[in-house]
Amino acid sequence: MKRYAPSLCIAASIAFLYFIRPELGRQAALKSASAMIEMLRVVPPVFLLLGLFDVWVPRQTIIRLMGERSGALGTILSITLGAAAAGPLYAAFPVAAAMAKKGAKFANIAVFLGAWSTLKIPMFLFETSSLGAVFAVSRWLINVPGIIVIGYLLEKFLGPEDKTRIYSYEGEHLNQA
Amino acid sequence: MSFTVSLYVATSLLYVISFIRNRASTVQAFTKAKKSFLNILPDFLAVLGIIGLAFTLVSPNKIGAITGERSGILGSLLTSVIGSVTLIPGFIAFPLAKSLLDMGASIRNIALFVSTLMMVGCVTFPLESRYFGRKAALLRNVMAYIYSFFVAFLLGVIVK
Repeated sequence: MKRYAPSLCIAASIAFLYFIRPELGRQAALKSASAMIEMLRVVPPVFLLLGLFDVWVPRQTIIRLMGERSGALGTILSITLGAAAAGPLYAAFPVAAAMAKKGAKFANIAVFLGAWSTLKIPMFLFETSSLGAVFAVSRWLINVPGIIVIGYLLEKFLGPEDKTRIYSYEGEHLNQA
Repeated sequence: MSFTVSLYVATSLLYVISFIRNRASTVQAFTKAKKSFLNILPDFLAVLGIIGLAFTLVSPNKIGAITGERSGILGSLLTSVIGSVTLIPGFIAFPLAKSLLDMGASIRNIALFVSTLMMVGCVTFPLESRYFGRKAALLRNVMAYIYSFFVAFLLGVIVK
């Protein structure tokens, strides 16, 4: 129950906003509700699929494909998986954490997050129709080396203790903080 | 909507197949999924509430007014901050970016806005650090923020 305190605070702020500026408060409530529906469209199936992934995919497979010694294959795979995704970035966090748990290299996880955030193909199509092909294609191409560099720098900057924390991710750990 | 339906249908199908192949493992998978979802749900709800609040207080019109009217370094900085703190779905963000462009915003600022919007997430930061630790989340966002300026600079040169 204590962990719901922040959500309750925000709900209270929206209620407060409703009292001082009814129109804004109403909008905030509606927008939060629509953000919640957006979340429910993607996140529960993602967790259900992660459950299957956890049970069925052997650790060895992920280590081979995306682990420490996966090399360029691991990076390309991370980019492909991230770019093929749809849905907001927050849905990528549990996926990345599940990959980490199965032995994926940290840089690859960061590359996957980067690709999901900015290389998503559905987004790219939208971007092309709004801002033009030159803009969308250039931005996509400039981002590919960028997310790889960011991924490897992250790997370099983080100490072993930071990585252990990520690699040992289990649902239970979320209860402690 | 169709994407959501296919995602749910595909997930159910996989569970049926999994259940036929191994009952115990499938129950285990479902239990894990349920537990990890419920574990992170409080954080999700808080973040979604903040998105609703932020999106109301910083409406697309206001974003347009700020990024469209200001130019120079201050305009760029402001644009990058707005892109970083807001979380707008693509189907609103791109048409908004297009209208800003039509209103006379520079390609550089549009690129900065789109890039920070997608790569930097201040609102989702609590969620990200819950999974990856504060240090990793902070570093990723800071580097993505810096890289956005590089992207914006290059796009300003390339796109005419």
